[in-house]
Amino acid sequence: MDESPLTTPPAIENTARAVCLKVLGIGNAGMSVLELLVAGGFPAASTAAINSDLETLQASSLPAKVPLETKLLRGLGSGGDPERGRTLAEEHAAAIKELCRGSDLVFITAGLGGGCGTGAGPIVARLAKETGALVVAFLMTPFDCEGSRRQHLAQKGLEAFREAADAVICLPNQKLFKTLEENTSVLGAFKLTDELLADAVRSFWHLATHKGLIDLHFGQLCELLRDQHTESAFAVAEAMGPTRSREVVEKLLGSPLLDGGAVLPESDSILVSLMGGPDLTIADVNRVMEEIASKCEGVQVTMGAAIHQDFQDRLGVTIIAARCVDHSSAPVSRPGIEGLQSQLLSGSSPRSGSRFVPPPPTLRPEQVEQLIARQGRGRGQKGGPRFRQAQLPLEIVSKGRFDKSEPTIHKGEDLDVPTYIRRGVALN
Amino acid sequence: MFDSASIIVGLEIGTSKVCAVVGDLSPEGVLNIVGLGQAKSRGVRKGEIMDAPQAEEDIRQAIVEAEQMADVEIRSVYLGVTGAHIRGFNNRGVHPVVSADREISEADLQDVIKNAKTINLPAQNHVIHAIRQHFLVDGQDGIANPVGMLGSRVEVDVHVVHGNLNRLQNAIRAVKSLQLEVDDIVFTGLASSLALLSNEQKELGSLVIDIGGGTTEYVVYANGIIKHTGVLAVGGDHISNDLAYGLKVPLSRAEQLKIERGSAFVEEDAKGQTITLANELGMPLKVISLENLRRIMAVRLEELFELLAQDIQQVNAMDYLRAGVFLAGGGARIPQIGKLAEKILGMPVSCGKTTSVSGLKSALDQPEFASPIGLVKFGTFQQRKRATKGFLKDTLGQFFRRT
Repeated sequence: MDESPLTTPPAIENTARAVCLKVLGIGNAGMSVLELLVAGGFPAASTAAINSDLETLQASSLPAKVPLETKLLRGLGSGGDPERGRTLAEEHAAAIKELCRGSDLVFITAGLGGGCGTGAGPIVARLAKETGALVVAFLMTPFDCEGSRRQHLAQKGLEAFREAADAVICLPNQKLFKTLEENTSVLGAFKLTDELLADAVRSFWHLATHKGLIDLHFGQLCELLRDQHTESAFAVAEAMGPTRSREVVEKLLGSPLLDGGAVLPESDSILVSLMGGPDLTIADVNRVMEEIASKCEGVQVTMGAAIHQDFQDRLGVTIIAARCVDHSSAPVSRPGIEGLQSQLLSGSSPRSGSRFVPPPPTLRPEQVEQLIARQGRGRGQKGGPRFRQAQLPLEIVSKGRFDKSEPTIHKGEDLDVPTYIRRGVALN
Repeated sequence: MFDSASIIVGLEIGTSKVCAVVGDLSPEGVLNIVGLGQAKSRGVRKGEIMDAPQAEEDIRQAIVEAEQMADVEIRSVYLGVTGAHIRGFNNRGVHPVVSADREISEADLQDVIKNAKTINLPAQNHVIHAIRQHFLVDGQDGIANPVGMLGSRVEVDVHVVHGNLNRLQNAIRAVKSLQLEVDDIVFTGLASSLALLSNEQKELGSLVIDIGGGTTEYVVYANGIIKHTGVLAVGGDHISNDLAYGLKVPLSRAEQLKIERGSAFVEEDAKGQTITLANELGMPLKVISLENLRRIMAVRLEELFELLAQDIQQVNAMDYLRAGVFLAGGGARIPQIGKLAEKILGMPVSCGKTTSVSGLKSALDQPEFASPIGLVKFGTFQQRKRATKGFLKDTLGQFFRRT
């Protein structure tokens, strides 16, 4: 540790409010995001790296570092074992808390699927929250080609993060895979995803701290996120030139991260952050917001617009679509497995006794968790899970004379079935 | 009795009946209907043969009856074909005029028609008709005969009617198994329109709807040419089936009710009326509501006309129909059907009358016989064409064929 964990966080330039921000990069991936962030003009003083891999930590240029080490590991890292990462973080809880003390807002960047980010990350988030900060986690899940074990670990890590942090913004790397060019190097691919995550952090930071044309108060942000345990999709786009407001929306909605805009109507709240130069006009803002609002009717849209000198003739828009995973039903702590099991099986209980109901399959606790997670990911609390009545392939109307002939199908309608039945004409 | 060369027979293997019509073409070119034979059809569903032995027997019966009535021996027939597999579409052929003086010759016409008839169809599809429409010379539309005109490019539109070869073969095989020749196969919708429409009506634009037992065929004429053809595999059988299902009576009784009490409209006075069905001893079996009967029929027919209207609207042919709509087939007998069709299609509708044919009065006035009479008429056109092409060759050909 070459610099003591900050006791007095530095004031961020251009801030009107004294919002104290801390960005923690956890694990190798988290650190590389952080480094990109600093290289992109982020005040280095408010960043800190937490890693169990001492070698990387020493090579890093970040000012504040917390090595997670024990003699047992000999500084070789957590070895891809989240359990070790977790223990290490618990061991260094005091140092981490010290790091976060006094911050209003703690951002955590981490890559999931390994040992440090996946294991230590959620612990750090919890510790940061205990100091009273609002915790937003910016995470990446691995590419599919990294193997199913890493995917599995990443999913578990994501769950843990969701419980510990106020908000989770997750970048599924696999979604970006489509956009990568054929000859992108591995390094290039990871750099790209790191950059995207760094962009997200930066725009969130802008949103929280910069003096805006249309202000988004820190308090508002807190209210939106605090204890919501949201899972978010995000996209960043930038455009230049006179038609930038139109282009930027097109880019946003075309982004694979938003599934081509399909995510928007499904989310519960949407945060739009605009970043423009002094020449940003209200008409531009209006155009962007109108386009976005038209895509997501009935969803709460919160927006902020900030001005930065560097953004002359440029417009950057970040959109964060949050879905509450389990809103009011679940308290901060996770319901016990027994509770989940009963919740899963409750659907089959009110069946009539006359019909044979197969006994529910016995599920291992992990399977139950997965099922619950899948249910939760569906539509959030908005309208609850939707059930659709399946149609049985029974032919109720006999075709009489046309039983054996080729059916007359016109636009999907079987014309052999009496018209009055198809049209629902009542006979008296 | 008659000179066999002048005898033309039309045979339609319909869903409800098999019908053979014998026509005699006089040397002056006047067609006279001299014989008619029909039999109840039992092996056909939706216009296609499902039970070949049964169908063959019915065909034989109809042919024998027609032979007796006309006192001729029938050797070959013009066979009507239909079925849901039959489709019509328009195709255009292009041919550049290469002669030095740019005069369009007969050879150019043959070439352009040949081009128009080369159509990319799946292998199992067979072109039944490729009917010439108007010529275009250098993009100028509506030219009936461009021979002798000057131009650099001649185009022609043809209306192509095609169907599935195997399914067409089924009907042909059934006829051939009775030692009868098939002169040609003809789409029955086209045949009906030939029987019903005068040249003037074709010129004005008209729609012929032949509502048969299992299928409904329709043909659109505009400016004297065929613009559109189609088949919908819905017919009188569907009405009977709907009634049998809706009123819970046997199919034969439903058929009888349709004919005796059916109507295309639910009239006010039908409401509350009941029909008492009796068994063969006169004992009441069942009471059904006349309103229900008519309601079931009305919605089915309504749907049928709506589907036709949609299809015709799709090819933008609705505005060309200035002479109105002509109904044929057994369906045209349904009381009030004209009124219903008028309501849905929005133009005058009448029951078609066979024109420009003389002979058996009983056959000519019936809408059911429009298509077999049309088949005979189609035959006379073919005969005339042959005659003009080369009398000698033709007669010699026939001579050799006979012996």
